[in-house]
Amino acid sequence: MRTVIYLGIGILFGITMYKSEAASWFRIYEMFTFESFHMYGIIGAALIIGVTITQLIKRFNISSFYGEKINFIPKEKGWKRYLIGGVIFGLGWALAGACPGPMFTLIGAGFLPILVVIATAILGTFLYGVFKDKLPH
Amino acid sequence: MNWIYDPWPWYIGGPMIALILFLLLMVGKNFGMSSNLRTLCTLCGAGNATSFFKFDWRAQRWNLIVVIGAIIGGYIGAHVLSKTETVVIDTDTVNELQAMGFQSAGNAYLPTEIFGNSVFTDPKALLLLAIGGLLVGFGARYAGGCTSGHAISGLSNLQLPSLIAVIGFFMGGLVMIHLIFPLLF
Repeated sequence: MRTVIYLGIGILFGITMYKSEAASWFRIYEMFTFESFHMYGIIGAALIIGVTITQLIKRFNISSFYGEKINFIPKEKGWKRYLIGGVIFGLGWALAGACPGPMFTLIGAGFLPILVVIATAILGTFLYGVFKDKLPH
Repeated sequence: MNWIYDPWPWYIGGPMIALILFLLLMVGKNFGMSSNLRTLCTLCGAGNATSFFKFDWRAQRWNLIVVIGAIIGGYIGAHVLSKTETVVIDTDTVNELQAMGFQSAGNAYLPTEIFGNSVFTDPKALLLLAIGGLLVGFGARYAGGCTSGHAISGLSNLQLPSLIAVIGFFMGGLVMIHLIFPLLF
């Protein structure tokens, strides 16, 4: 049953990424040239509602659908890994025009070259794991 | 009923992302897509190479199912809920991109110059896709999350590290588009 729920949420996510055009390379390019409000509107609207939802769940101790406590995992303190890792991610995001969610959506949409991006993104993750202890965090 | 084939404006797309964040929280999970890249490393046997990938991947099985859903959703979005692949971007952006050699700007969902099936025989395009993917995978794990984990989940939870990461995402993106693209195209 839970599998069906996760699958359903994933399908909703995939449709949203495609139909809102957040999975379009052109929309990502346009965001970084500041020539359109579209992506800022998407992220901004998601955040205003997301902050509200998160704060309401915390304030009123709202339980999950299964009656369990909802846990928010705080991010580890620090700034180096977030800034350096963030810049590296941003360089790739603008070049490939896809982040790790939409990448998968684009397979379904039928763009086979995205498989190259996914394969190297997995390789990049592997390289991070290998060099992790040598990097500033 | 033709409206169903139209692209979604930001005020539908944004709230839908918030709905997905909400649904995942309500089933006891956290929205974060790049974790799946780590899980896929583990499934490929990366645990033998370094301890970072030694974890019980079954704890992340739910997220892999979300990924399978995202693939199916991409199919539905593109082939059932859309009639054209055109993304109507800003006209100045179209002109800029066409001047850079992206003739498909304004007429396609992705630039056919780097996402058409002919790229499999185009070494430059393949290299650009490969480098892009490498940076996304490495950067996301280094930063401990991507657009979903930091920009949506983390910022919704008012996490300072996520704000730093998102500022980094934009710095990197701006450098790529404004400083590196003119050298590449």
